[in-house]
Amino acid sequence: MIRFVLQRLVQAATVLIVVALLAFVMFRYAGDPVAQMVSQDTTFEDRAALREAMGLNDPLPVQFAEFVVRVVHGNFGLSYQMGQPVAGLLADRLPASIELSLVAFSIALLVGVPMGVYAGLRPNGWISRLFLIVSLAGISLPTFFIGIMLILVFGVELSIFPTFGRGETVDLGGWTTGLLTFSGWHSIILPAITLGLFQMTFIMRLVRAEMLEVLRTDYIKFARARGIDNGRINFRYALRNTLVPVMTIAGLQLGSIIAFGIVTESVFQWPGIGLLFLQAISTVDIPVMSTYLLLVAVIFVSINLIVDILYFLVDPRLRISDKR
Amino acid sequence: MSPKMQNNPRPSLLYRMFDSDAGYKFRSSPITVLAGVVAVLMIGAAILAPLIAPFDPFNKASIDLMNSLTPPAWQQGGNPAFLLGTDDQGRDLLSAILYGTRTSVMVGAISVLLAVTAGIFLGLIAGYFGGIVDALVMRIVDIQMTFPAIMVALMIDGVSRTLLPRDRHDDLAIFVIILAMALSIWPQVARTVRASTMVERGREYVQAAQVIGRGPWVIMARHVLPNVMGPVLVIATINLGVAILGEATLSFLGVGIPASEPSLGTLIRIGNNFIFSGERWMLIYPGLTLALLVLSVNLLGDWMRDVLDPKLR
Repeated sequence: MIRFVLQRLVQAATVLIVVALLAFVMFRYAGDPVAQMVSQDTTFEDRAALREAMGLNDPLPVQFAEFVVRVVHGNFGLSYQMGQPVAGLLADRLPASIELSLVAFSIALLVGVPMGVYAGLRPNGWISRLFLIVSLAGISLPTFFIGIMLILVFGVELSIFPTFGRGETVDLGGWTTGLLTFSGWHSIILPAITLGLFQMTFIMRLVRAEMLEVLRTDYIKFARARGIDNGRINFRYALRNTLVPVMTIAGLQLGSIIAFGIVTESVFQWPGIGLLFLQAISTVDIPVMSTYLLLVAVIFVSINLIVDILYFLVDPRLRISDKR
Repeated sequence: MSPKMQNNPRPSLLYRMFDSDAGYKFRSSPITVLAGVVAVLMIGAAILAPLIAPFDPFNKASIDLMNSLTPPAWQQGGNPAFLLGTDDQGRDLLSAILYGTRTSVMVGAISVLLAVTAGIFLGLIAGYFGGIVDALVMRIVDIQMTFPAIMVALMIDGVSRTLLPRDRHDDLAIFVIILAMALSIWPQVARTVRASTMVERGREYVQAAQVIGRGPWVIMARHVLPNVMGPVLVIATINLGVAILGEATLSFLGVGIPASEPSLGTLIRIGNNFIFSGERWMLIYPGLTLALLVLSVNLLGDWMRDVLDPKLR
């Protein structure tokens, strides 16, 4: 297991270095960093001096090392577009994105798992077939189109939900939350459903497949032969064993929640980091773009690492086979 | 085709596909048949768009601003000349959708083709040679698969924007998208091809070919490749849907195909601006077209997966 974790750590470090290199290359070569900082009438000599002072004439590995040191210290430079430190901009926006992701993920789990269990227990029932058809639609319909349709039906036609923004927020010492106000919850419902729908269908299909598999095993048949009641078999014995793979895959799917968060934030004008990133792409705001890439890389790599390690902790069989 | 191939008593891949379980499962599943018909019709209409579209949406001479925002023909104020209505510039929506589907299908198909070619090549050499080539290719695959496809595509688009001059970016946007989608899909192909190649490498027919002195490249292309194509076809079909959706998503976000030559995603983006003012047709019909296209491609992919490669399920 230690070898496995070490291998994963090396891989995680490689990913981060590659993304850092990418961010550095964007920083360094896309446009002239000096030109971004000086005014029109700065003389050529002054520019050269600034260039020297900023270390832009140093050997590239030295520059990259300095870039990494700055990043580790949380200094990501100033946004070209807004003239503010990028770290602050992202920190302001992060709570909105995290809340949206968490609510979406909870919806996906709380609805997807029961649907999957039901479809697994009654594979031929008409409700199960309905679930499967709905799930295929959930996979085929683009996230943004689902969002637009929800806005159209519930926001415009019925006008029972707000169509943009996150409602009133409460500031909890640097963390603005919309989850303490009514309008905050009111605003998060449509975006969270939009974002969670794909995950929900995915989790549902997974739980269904796992349930079908587990219910065929000998220990379930044995439990039935002993006369243990069905509810106990289905939930204590079968469901528990399906949750290991579901947890792993669902954890890995958190990554795509972040990715599709960009789409959802764009549709609902949700003031999170995804929307900031999109605006940065269209205005070629390089410091914001490269910082976002770094942030996302760190989040993805951490999630993958945690899920990999969790797998070992949750499933004792893996640990035993490892010791042999 | 060499005489040796013609003497081969094994029937062609196409014939085997339709004579086997696949053909039976296709015929016996009405939903799959329907999906197949819909997919063929839509892709056919898209390819033939210049012939069957009532107007040429790129021809500025045929666009009259006076016709702008005409509702679909069956609604009040509709004009029979514009079956699905017009957009804010007076373009016929039906023609725009046909041309948009063409762009979407083309971008999807080319990116999948690129991804499959690169994936087959790298997967074959990784699986056949093993060792350091394998380690290198597989590490790249692992790293890239950490990120969802749409994220990779967004990153590539972002980087390309910083590297290309702004006025050139719109002309090159379509190539950037194709490259981005292809780059985000190839790891899956490479991974599958590598796994099957490693199995095939140990088979007797490969050893026999080695013994009679055939070079590694000939063995890979002539002997191993035909035997690893099954799963590749499945992945290619499933990813055609993924690529079409990916392109639509990027275009919807405004970082994809520009509005001058719209794809379905771009059309939905334009239609979305009118969501509050009541001109819903500009949003709903391109959206339904996209959903139907991807749904039928996905259904075909599901069917292929069921019959060609049960392991992938």
